[in-house]
Amino acid sequence: MALSVRGLTVRYPAIIAVSDVDIEISDGEVLALLGPSGCGKSTLLRAVAGLERPDAGTVCWDGADLAAIPVHRRGFGLVFQDGQLFPHRDVAGNVAFGLRMRGVDKSTRDARVGELLALLGLDGYQHRRITELSGGEQQRVALARALAPRPRLLLLDEPLSALDRALREQLAMDLAHALRVSGTTALVVTHDHDEAFTLADRVALMRAGRITQSGRPEEVWRAPADEPTARFLGCTSFLPATVAAGVATCALGAVELPRAPDGPVRLGLRPTALRVDGSGPLDGEVLARVHRRDHVRLVVRLDTAMDAVAGIADAPEVGARVRLRLDPDGLAVLS
Amino acid sequence: MALGRPGLALALAPVPLGFLAVFFLWPVAAILRRGLAAGGVLSVLGKEETWTLVAFTLGQAAASTVIALGAGLPVAFLLARSRLPGLAFVRVAVLVPFVLPTVVVGLAFRTLMPAGGVLPIVLANAFFNVAVVARTVAGLWSHVDRRAEDAARTLGASPPRTFTAVTLPALAPAIGSAAAVVFLFCATSFGVVLVLGGARYRTLETEIYLRTVELLDLPGAAALSLLQLAAVVAALSVGAAARRRRETALRLRGRQETARRPSGGEWGVVAVAYGVVALLLVPVAVLALRSVSGWSLDGYRALAGTGFPGTLQVSGVDAAANSVRAATDATLLAMTLGVAASMVLVALRRGRLVETLDAALMLPLGVSAVTVGFGYLITLDRLPGDLRTSAVLVPLAQALVITPLVIRIVLPVLRSIDERLRQAAATLGAGPWRVWREVDVPLAGRSLLSAAAFGYVVALGEFGATSFLARPDTATLPVAIGRLISRPGELNNQMAYAACTVLMLVTVAVVLLVERLRVPGAVGEF
Repeated sequence: MALSVRGLTVRYPAIIAVSDVDIEISDGEVLALLGPSGCGKSTLLRAVAGLERPDAGTVCWDGADLAAIPVHRRGFGLVFQDGQLFPHRDVAGNVAFGLRMRGVDKSTRDARVGELLALLGLDGYQHRRITELSGGEQQRVALARALAPRPRLLLLDEPLSALDRALREQLAMDLAHALRVSGTTALVVTHDHDEAFTLADRVALMRAGRITQSGRPEEVWRAPADEPTARFLGCTSFLPATVAAGVATCALGAVELPRAPDGPVRLGLRPTALRVDGSGPLDGEVLARVHRRDHVRLVVRLDTAMDAVAGIADAPEVGARVRLRLDPDGLAVLS
Repeated sequence: MALGRPGLALALAPVPLGFLAVFFLWPVAAILRRGLAAGGVLSVLGKEETWTLVAFTLGQAAASTVIALGAGLPVAFLLARSRLPGLAFVRVAVLVPFVLPTVVVGLAFRTLMPAGGVLPIVLANAFFNVAVVARTVAGLWSHVDRRAEDAARTLGASPPRTFTAVTLPALAPAIGSAAAVVFLFCATSFGVVLVLGGARYRTLETEIYLRTVELLDLPGAAALSLLQLAAVVAALSVGAAARRRRETALRLRGRQETARRPSGGEWGVVAVAYGVVALLLVPVAVLALRSVSGWSLDGYRALAGTGFPGTLQVSGVDAAANSVRAATDATLLAMTLGVAASMVLVALRRGRLVETLDAALMLPLGVSAVTVGFGYLITLDRLPGDLRTSAVLVPLAQALVITPLVIRIVLPVLRSIDERLRQAAATLGAGPWRVWREVDVPLAGRSLLSAAAFGYVVALGEFGATSFLARPDTATLPVAIGRLISRPGELNNQMAYAACTVLMLVTVAVVLLVERLRVPGAVGEF
């Protein structure tokens, strides 16, 4: 294991921010720490960086304890939510900073800066001033700056949260690409599951200072460990069900869930679990509707009020009666 | 625990704290102990005369503070919230009085109001401190988000109501902090009261001087020093409390977003502000005119000599050279101490310890310069190479006076640098010193220069401690002026006016330099 965190605890005067946390990241792996704001994930990341002193537990790299190693000798890169570029240096000056600290000569620095700017789609930006850059460009420069010295581990603290949505999605793809190409081992902290699933090989969910679950993105998405985790991952209502031979039966009918274990389970329903479908088996009344980007979000009355979705073209009006169908893609299975 | 940089703090802290201990606490403690040991302190505290003195000191300080606030707030509005031509001139005009030598100001007000009395003392003290109010309050005002006021207006508040309900509470921390500092300066003001009060109007500070130097009444002086110290500590605590609120509670914005062209009733405020600026220029102009009275340059020619026979032991030119030398040494020393202290305070982040240290470093501003000077004479013989007869005594005392100013200019700027910028540099491999050099120095560089220039002019004009410590042959220009005006003779007067004008010109030149160095949107306090 490249990074190994064991029993890490960080206390603040009023609260325990990180409580007995274990995480491991292997070489070249990208782990996302996913959780609501205030769950302690940023504190954990800062403790790994050496910016926060743990009250208990160890942070090890390749088996060696880092407790006595100060921030600047850890060789970990860090990208903040809002870049934190050096305002008195141009783009090249920022990107080359870490290389300069390591005494790398000028021509090697220039070459590496050019290489990274190319990787991040900022060709020819070397002599731009930081203040002339857009938010997205600043964040790309921050990433280039962190990657330039080839850090052993890259730490990303909500790297995309300060950007607007379209930019965020584009940069998430670019970032995923840059991490793969450079084979960087990385720890990403985020509250956005899209971001986590786009970037990470593995996701660790965090709540109130503890890791509640960790696994591959699709596993976590499909089978959250408990109800609060499921709610955080978008489930808005829950139903008891019984699974037999890959078919789950609940109050809303039967649905195929080939990976679910046999026996009693709880189903978590995301809004997309109920779709308007003219030939669906369920019948409901539309109580409210709002347009989202690529669908219409409804509240429908079945036995109780539930969320549902419809296509934009055939979205029903408020008060209309609609037919609905359960969609297995919108379901999570809780054991 | 969030990690500050305790290593850096630990490495640096001994520098300013050691200096403060040896060259401030020790001498002051020695004076107090000597006074207390001799007994009679209680009898001094029991005398009605003592309390009359206390009442006059606090009363004149309170009156001066009120006037300085009244005059400073419109100017703060002008500097912070109006987009008008000529503001650079206003900024300089307001700052010049603050750095003028106290004797010079005393002399100017004596010339303007020859009848004397309490009024010139109060006005002269206020005159000094308009700059403190205007610049401290404007510093905050120009960064306060104007949209809160816009919101109040849309909710139906009239402009005056908006000011009292929204703007004033937002400014309260800066106003409180400025009032505390001004009160401190006025309560311990020495040169002004000495020149204008004569034998009739005395404050604790001049009375300490009188008892120490002329009556050799040490217990009395010590008792008064204790009283003064108590008042100073109280004022500093109020200021620290106000600063704490100011630095945490506000969402600040750049000046460009908040300055607008005045409208409606705001023009009235702007007019008052320009009136204040005009009044501030009157004493300055009077001195300059007097120095060439009868359109002769005799006063300036006299600077080459020693005045009316027997007045001075050095020529005006030599005194000027002494001033420059002492102020240069004092500035170098104060920059070292002040910057080291600011780095320690920033590295330790926040907390009770930081607040206490911060307040302790301000103490020299409020303790009688005379007490410190006399303390030097009775303690420093115990250091190797008896400093008492050395020429370094004056720069040491001046450094003590200007170090707090350096800290007040540099500290807010260092604090305004996002800690994560330093952390980013650290994760990229920069050790603590490298971070200081690569992040703090480039970002705070102009403020450092401006603190040095500012400290330099204040050292040039320092009168209280210097007049006590300078030997006749190492007299600085302000000391020479003080001596010239205390002796009769038309030549002495003209020479004093000429020397004042020279000091003012140097001051204006340096202030202009500071203004050119000013970082747009910086958050220093003076």
